[in-house]
Amino acid sequence: MIRIITFITTFLFLIFGSANADQKKVGFIYIGPPGDHGWTYMHDVGRKYMESQLGDSISTTYIENVPENADAVRAIRKLADSGHDLIFTTSFNYMDQTHEVAKDFPQIKFEHATGYIQADNVATYSARFYEGRMIEGHIAGHMTKTNTIGYIASYPIPEVVRGINAFYLAASKVNPDIKMKIIWVFTWYDPGKEADAANTLINQGADIIVQHTDTYAPCQAAQKAGVLAFGQASNQEEFCPDSHLTAIEDIWGPYYAARAKAVVDGTWSSGDTWDGMDKGMVVMSPYNTKLMPASLIQEAVNMEVAIKDGTLHPFTGPIYNQAGEIVVPEGEVAPDGMLLGMNFYVQGIDGEVPQ
Amino acid sequence: MNLDFIIGILEIILIATTPLVFAAIGELVTEKSGVLNLGVEGMMLVGAVSAFVTLVISGSYFLAFLISIFSGVLMSGFFAILVLYLMTNQIATGLALTIFGIGLSSMIGKKYIGTPIDGLSPWFFVIISFVIVFIISYFFYKTKSGLILRAVGESHNAAHALGYNVIKVRFIAIIFGGSMCALAGSYISICYAPMWQEGMTAERGWIALAIVVFSTWKPERVLIGAYIFGGVTILQMNLQALGIRIPGQFFNMAPYVATIIVLVFISSNKLRIKLSAPASLTIPFFKGK
Repeated sequence: MIRIITFITTFLFLIFGSANADQKKVGFIYIGPPGDHGWTYMHDVGRKYMESQLGDSISTTYIENVPENADAVRAIRKLADSGHDLIFTTSFNYMDQTHEVAKDFPQIKFEHATGYIQADNVATYSARFYEGRMIEGHIAGHMTKTNTIGYIASYPIPEVVRGINAFYLAASKVNPDIKMKIIWVFTWYDPGKEADAANTLINQGADIIVQHTDTYAPCQAAQKAGVLAFGQASNQEEFCPDSHLTAIEDIWGPYYAARAKAVVDGTWSSGDTWDGMDKGMVVMSPYNTKLMPASLIQEAVNMEVAIKDGTLHPFTGPIYNQAGEIVVPEGEVAPDGMLLGMNFYVQGIDGEVPQ
Repeated sequence: MNLDFIIGILEIILIATTPLVFAAIGELVTEKSGVLNLGVEGMMLVGAVSAFVTLVISGSYFLAFLISIFSGVLMSGFFAILVLYLMTNQIATGLALTIFGIGLSSMIGKKYIGTPIDGLSPWFFVIISFVIVFIISYFFYKTKSGLILRAVGESHNAAHALGYNVIKVRFIAIIFGGSMCALAGSYISICYAPMWQEGMTAERGWIALAIVVFSTWKPERVLIGAYIFGGVTILQMNLQALGIRIPGQFFNMAPYVATIIVLVFISSNKLRIKLSAPASLTIPFFKGK
């Protein structure tokens, strides 16, 4: 037994001892498989971008399909124990697990996606996807013929509710008659159920499908039924060429490269990053020229420019809640604090946010 | 609220429930012979990926389903050898089969994730699912072979004493179960949501296992159980989209609550348990005892 242990320790020492001492190791925890063509896929694209930018100064690893429970602690600890210098945990519900491990490894830097609690060695980062939802809403308001939009939502967290509100505010501005039908599927990832939800919405008269779940099943269902749809997280046009209007793409690469570079240079510090289109973290997929009139594409592009230079904000007052109370006064924009904790629908959306 | 709308809902329910019917009827036959195979989810995933990959490579739907069913035969045959000849614990082996299937399907499908395919119309399989349930029901209660299979599941020693080959009967029942699970999987990746994604069956294998218990091991009740599961899910989506305020979580858990209630009901009476569950379920058969 002792011989075996000695052998293993020597072996491990050889592996880690022989590695380039200057090379920093960067690890990722993924909620799904990198091939989901959605959320995890885009994190993996970011990881590869980081590798291409920093070359030999870093090496990267990832662990995929990590559930949001105690298993996540083990997975994060595994990366920490194996000499990683920087660890990205890429889902909201890894929050407690990230902090639990981070406390035991003060010398290792952690980055928690979409979280809101920081520590000395835990930074948080997210993207302002709602800016993209505003553009989608604007397009949907013009393109719908039945004035009914079907929205597939995952879990009632502020991120998702914010997207629904941003979408509706923009859509109802160009088309006051618009109605939103929302189905909460309580999963991020179930192609069958996502397709069921899309078909149910189409059956109820929706002619545009919007989704906040991870696979391209809803877009496929829309294609089959001959209605329009928006992709999610990555460009999904190849799966539904006759339905795909555009998609919100999550571009993590530049951020990942910058953070890893900071670790290499020794300048990393904790903080909270919430970037949008202006920093290129949120990008719209190419607008579908076969489906959208050129004038509408131009409007969408103009909105992108205005969002980037700060003259257009999706949550500009006056905004009312469902009870008719004003939540954002005329001429002001909603503060980040309100956006981060958003758990109510704006006036005009039927139903209520599930609790 | 018109006729088209109602028909639309029914269509979605039929499409969504069919994979549950396939997997549950397959598992029911396996369990009727006295073997519990918890590998349903794993076999469904391997069935789903092998159908998808075959379709991408060959372009033939027929070949895709054929290879998929063959994968189910292989997976369940492997399970059958372990539990019937090597006398491994059925529960542990079944769980291992699921874990193995999850890993194997991810490995096979890695290169094919995100390959676009043309989905196949589900209606043929929807009809087949009903036909299979009625054939199994007829087989169990109107044929001699069906009676033998049930006898093996009730008391393998008695069946053995009468000269029936217990191992052979169970082997065939397990393989039938495996091919049905693979068919359920291939239906998901080719008709229901035409794509391959890791873990795309999303726990439907476990729901199928619950449906078998819910049906108290009676084939035609599999349809009732499966359509309660499928119907409740689609119904709550419709209510949500109509803006009726009923918590979605409630409907997501309703089918499971129904299963527990049925379980409590059938286990409240000793005689009823004896009449429903195959008496030799999970008990290994030693020849010559």
